[in-house]
Amino acid sequence: MSLSVSFRHRFTNLELQIEFEAPTPGVVAFFGPSGCGKSTIVMAAAGLLKPDTCRIELDGAMLADTASGVSLPPEKRRIGLVFQDARLFPHMSVRNNLRFGMRRAPPGPIQLDDVVDLLGIAPLLGRRPRSLSGGERQRVAIGRALLTQPKLLAMDEPLASLDGPRKAEILPFLARLKTTLKLPILYVTHSTEELASLADTLVLLDAGRVVAAGPLPEIMTRSDLPLARRDDAGAMLTAKVVGHDADRQLTALQAGGARLWVPRLEHEAGTVVRARIPAREVILATEKPTQISAHNVIAGTVHGITAEPTRHETLVEVALDGVSLLARVTPDATESLGLVAGREVVAVVKSTSIEILPV
Amino acid sequence: MPGWDFLSPDEWGVVLLTLDVATRSVVFGLPVAVLVAWLLARTHFPGRGLLDAFAHLPMVLPPVVVGWLLLLIFGLRGPIGAWLFNWFGVRLVFTTAGAALACAVTSFPLMLRAIRLSLDAVDPGLEQAARTLGAGPIDRFVNIILPLTAPGILVGGIVGFASCLGNFGAVITFAGNIHGKTQTLPLAIFTALQTPNGGETAARLSLVSVTLAIAGLLASQWVSRRVEILVGR
Repeated sequence: MSLSVSFRHRFTNLELQIEFEAPTPGVVAFFGPSGCGKSTIVMAAAGLLKPDTCRIELDGAMLADTASGVSLPPEKRRIGLVFQDARLFPHMSVRNNLRFGMRRAPPGPIQLDDVVDLLGIAPLLGRRPRSLSGGERQRVAIGRALLTQPKLLAMDEPLASLDGPRKAEILPFLARLKTTLKLPILYVTHSTEELASLADTLVLLDAGRVVAAGPLPEIMTRSDLPLARRDDAGAMLTAKVVGHDADRQLTALQAGGARLWVPRLEHEAGTVVRARIPAREVILATEKPTQISAHNVIAGTVHGITAEPTRHETLVEVALDGVSLLARVTPDATESLGLVAGREVVAVVKSTSIEILPV
Repeated sequence: MPGWDFLSPDEWGVVLLTLDVATRSVVFGLPVAVLVAWLLARTHFPGRGLLDAFAHLPMVLPPVVVGWLLLLIFGLRGPIGAWLFNWFGVRLVFTTAGAALACAVTSFPLMLRAIRLSLDAVDPGLEQAARTLGAGPIDRFVNIILPLTAPGILVGGIVGFASCLGNFGAVITFAGNIHGKTQTLPLAIFTALQTPNGGETAARLSLVSVTLAIAGLLASQWVSRRVEILVGR
């Protein structure tokens, strides 16, 4: 099952040319600098913007295809859209906002009570949008879109207008949405935190073009892409909790062929978590160090290496059995270790440097 | 406090007629104003600027000229007037309905502006949201635009009503000054002033006029506050 999107649109100052494919269900995230056209993608998907040419195919069904004249208006397209600014109807209660789309959609599997539970909005039902906080509004907007029984959910920076704590409040709901409803989701963001927590497929955009598209872990550690040059660059690994060592107060995770030790987690064995390893926290060595406080010493090979002369740094992508890490080292270290593509190395990561993402 | 006998039965007749004329003007003029406001705010068509100017014309034209133009169009020999008379036997000139038409036309820009202001304050993004939620054009108009514009529509109605109570030039030109038929408050006051010893009648009717105007303005303030709370603005 897959989602395939291609469209072109000429604005006065930007020519958009977007093409990508992604497995479904899953979250496809669009990431790029502002003005790169990422919001346009969801507007076009929902039909609010008519691109010059557009083709959206979801699991074999054509949602839009200008070539064959299939271009449903937004009201018939069955794509749930969540705007950055919620756009709740101010003259209706939260309950009536939720029902607005529901009443106009064919019956489907998504029930009002389930959505209210999932998003934790039961106490808000009788209230007016004006009295809600930003985070509450956004949750109601997500619920309202879900209740239209959409075939696809599109979110345009749903957390951008919220501050840190509010974001943290909604992120788990979004993650839950993804696992419980199994809906394909298009997600526009400029936050690497949201990317790492939610995305399965990442589409990197710049100036209206797709720079790279593929599975998130792969794209995040590519040393040649702009993501790797960010201060918060790092690897995202999907890992399974293997077990806990109560005496040492550690938890063992398995990511691909790599075994990782992190400070004790509360998750049960078998739970799948997402772990982030920042590039600046990874130490590279050419032989296994002994007598070291770091718990994670993993053998791998240098996969890609990109010099970053302006910052006097080198970005090294290390492939370990089935997963990859990104390390940020100095050109001096690169030279003294003789780091080149294909070189066998050992990556050293402190267990306390591994961030477990809230999923 | 003066009792009901403050005004003579004849003068009460004038007040009631005035209210009747103003009510008819608002009932027929307001829906048209809503439609025109929507066309101007939300659609693009050739001649839109012309419609905008035309709709606001009665505000800047002398009311007498408005009345005369109405005579040209709705008079028995005017294009619409002749048609109405020949097909439906409806005559507007020198009738109460004609007075209402004259009032509606002159107060139209006031109603239009109030509605337009309110409509411009409605975020088009809400209409986009309604579209993605499956609402078609009429659905959106009825369930999103109308309720959110309600404060402006009500205020437009009240202000329009109040201004109809005071129209002189257009009414006297188009509908004449016929006692019991088209003689509204301002016309009656004017007539009283022309009559020897009519000063007292003129003063009483003027007092009524001032009272109605103030009541109208206060009502529009109160209503707009209440309704804005109601629609969650």
